[in-house]
Amino acid sequence: MKKIKTANQLEDIRKSILEKRDANRPCITICGGTGCHAYACEEVIAAFKEEIEKQGLKTKVDIRITGCHGFCERGPLVVFHPEGIFYQQVKPEDVPEIVSETIIQNRIIDRLLYVDPRTNKKIKHENEIPFYKKQKRLIFGNNGKIDPTDITDYIAIDGYSSLAKVLSGISSKEVIEEISKAGLRGRGGAGFPTGRKWKLGREAVGETKYIICNADEGDPGAYMDRSLLEGNPHSVLEGMIIGAWVIGANKGYIYVRNEYPLAVKNVGVALKQAEGYGFLGKNILGSGFNFTIEINRGAGAFVCGEETALIASIEGRRGMPVLRPPYPVNHGLWRWPTVINNVETLANVPLIIARGASWYSKIGTKKSKGTKIFSLVGKVKNTGLVEVPMGITLREIVYDIGGGVPKGRKFKAVQIGGPSGGCIPERYLDLPIDYDSLVGAGAIMGSGGMVVMDDDTCMVDIARFFLEFVQDESCGKCVPCRIGTKRMVEILTRITQGEGEAEDIEHLKELARMVKNASLCGLGQTAPNPILSTLRYFRDEYEAHIRDKKCPARVCKDLITYSIDKEKCKGCLVCKKLCPEQAIEGKRKEPHGIDQAKCIKCGLCLDNCKFEAVIVS
Amino acid sequence: MPNELSEAEVKLNEAKIDKILEKYEREAGGLIPILQEVQETCGYLPEGILTYVSERSKVPLSRIYGIVTFYAQFSLVPRGRNTIKICLGTACHVRGAVRILEKIERSLGIKPGQTTKDLMFTLETVNCLGACALGPLIVVDGKYFGKMTSAKVDKILRTYKKE
Repeated sequence: MKKIKTANQLEDIRKSILEKRDANRPCITICGGTGCHAYACEEVIAAFKEEIEKQGLKTKVDIRITGCHGFCERGPLVVFHPEGIFYQQVKPEDVPEIVSETIIQNRIIDRLLYVDPRTNKKIKHENEIPFYKKQKRLIFGNNGKIDPTDITDYIAIDGYSSLAKVLSGISSKEVIEEISKAGLRGRGGAGFPTGRKWKLGREAVGETKYIICNADEGDPGAYMDRSLLEGNPHSVLEGMIIGAWVIGANKGYIYVRNEYPLAVKNVGVALKQAEGYGFLGKNILGSGFNFTIEINRGAGAFVCGEETALIASIEGRRGMPVLRPPYPVNHGLWRWPTVINNVETLANVPLIIARGASWYSKIGTKKSKGTKIFSLVGKVKNTGLVEVPMGITLREIVYDIGGGVPKGRKFKAVQIGGPSGGCIPERYLDLPIDYDSLVGAGAIMGSGGMVVMDDDTCMVDIARFFLEFVQDESCGKCVPCRIGTKRMVEILTRITQGEGEAEDIEHLKELARMVKNASLCGLGQTAPNPILSTLRYFRDEYEAHIRDKKCPARVCKDLITYSIDKEKCKGCLVCKKLCPEQAIEGKRKEPHGIDQAKCIKCGLCLDNCKFEAVIVS
Repeated sequence: MPNELSEAEVKLNEAKIDKILEKYEREAGGLIPILQEVQETCGYLPEGILTYVSERSKVPLSRIYGIVTFYAQFSLVPRGRNTIKICLGTACHVRGAVRILEKIERSLGIKPGQTTKDLMFTLETVNCLGACALGPLIVVDGKYFGKMTSAKVDKILRTYKKE
């Protein structure tokens, strides 16, 4: 491949790529995201390749392995173009039939279609499915259209045209103005205006400058950055190259979690290809601008998502934050000015340059523009990644897109923003979501993890879960975070064990205030949020644990007992065989019983009873 | 259980370590990637090897130890042939990941961070594996098992024991 030297050459190459492609040529796109991999999509892919070959269609039909489509609940997903027919939960044994029927005869196989649970109607096309209908997939939508390991796919959908536009005649000041006017705010947590960050980076004095893409997506319950890097890495690279040019950086780093092997792989492939085409390296597109990117794999420390800790980690030290100011934008990596942007933020940049700030700023609310990708997970029917315009209500996300809470349970809360965020109760379901409204409700946007909870979820247990998490991940440098979180975990653990005392709630509040005000970095400063927000909305649950020694959600082991409903029990012996403590007694075809003295409340009987005869009280 | 490589084994690995060190020689911050690759080569970070890395890279062993014990990824003890990672992220937690963990603990007789005596399995907990839609989730040697139930645990373990 010859390096592209001008914007015009890029256009020529794009044309020649498109000329070789026939939009009407049948193409089977198979989701190869991490979610679908867990459903063994590689077997489906292999089956399609084999069958296409066998039926002699290799020259007539394309197969494209794409990144995550978002609807992880229903994987493996297969979409047939140009018609856009959508099959879900496809198994390798379905493949021969699909090829003979759908590919050759153009006949739909009914059983593989998605059924709308509300209308019971079968849906043929991807864009008609309720899960996708309310979304606005500006950033994430291309995941389903391209093979992330083939740069020509990205070029074919106008990829790198924003970079060419910027390099062939827009000043860095104008780019900053455009990004500021668009109202883009950081998608990684605090929502700092990206234009302002770049302006500070551009104005910072230093003979060397760096740009870092923060892909240390550590918030439990969030995986949109992973899916972007896996499914459309070039969009992130393009945003990063533009950012580097604006601030004047010649070297960039992508700091990505080691738990994301496919993201590391696909970004590595993308970097090589981008360099081959001349989008990275020396004299990019003939502009005289030099820029290279290196991948840094994280080594398993949540705190490295904090920017000063991240820098310490790239420098080869323990990832411990330092006090700000000075901010990294003036005093960052190797003490040089460093701009750190989140993955999703960078993926927004090419879009803004291509379509303009005035178009972009029409999407969203007054202070939060554009779309946001949320990972909708937990107790919700349609789990997956959803991209929605800012300002959409929680109800629309949980019910219209997510399909509501499964198994007829009752919605209780949504936890937004990971360990720094909070739980939002039912009465705020109609709250339009943006950066500021979430803060008002006691949560934060964070990186966009949205964990739905039903009445089976104990809010004291959730608070304990998050505090255990931050206590475990605390770097230990400052006392309030190191010891304060430990003490809070201890109190919460006591409460969940039925040993809570009346003054515990006040102690928790006092500790929370202190840890919040006195901790060194964002991890400690936000660590008490899960306690504060659950106390704000679910104080009665704390009181039930402390005063009545009861867990209303029947989760906390020390406060529940298992028993067997004699009416429902068929005496099948399944639970008896599984019980690790031989606590279940009874004969075949006779109702069983549980010996409470032996029961360790492991839940195996509950999980495995086909007749719902195990009762938790 | 041998906790340390023999001298011969250290020697055998040194050639490989040299290659890794050369690769990162010119990079100022290369220590973490070096340790990552060393662990990928040896399976864990044996003391003899770390001493060698320290001598070669002129980084004090105390600093290397500081890094190794800070980051969750690094292990100073030998690991089993198969690594089971169980996700304890929020989405998995609300869907009952703890019960799955307890089941694995009982089946293997080890706690998180430990390795079975026969060196077949190492059990690790991870705070989020980023496949939240499929929770509860475990990953065995890079293979994902989504929508886990405690009933599936023994079946999965058996397939790895056979190998």
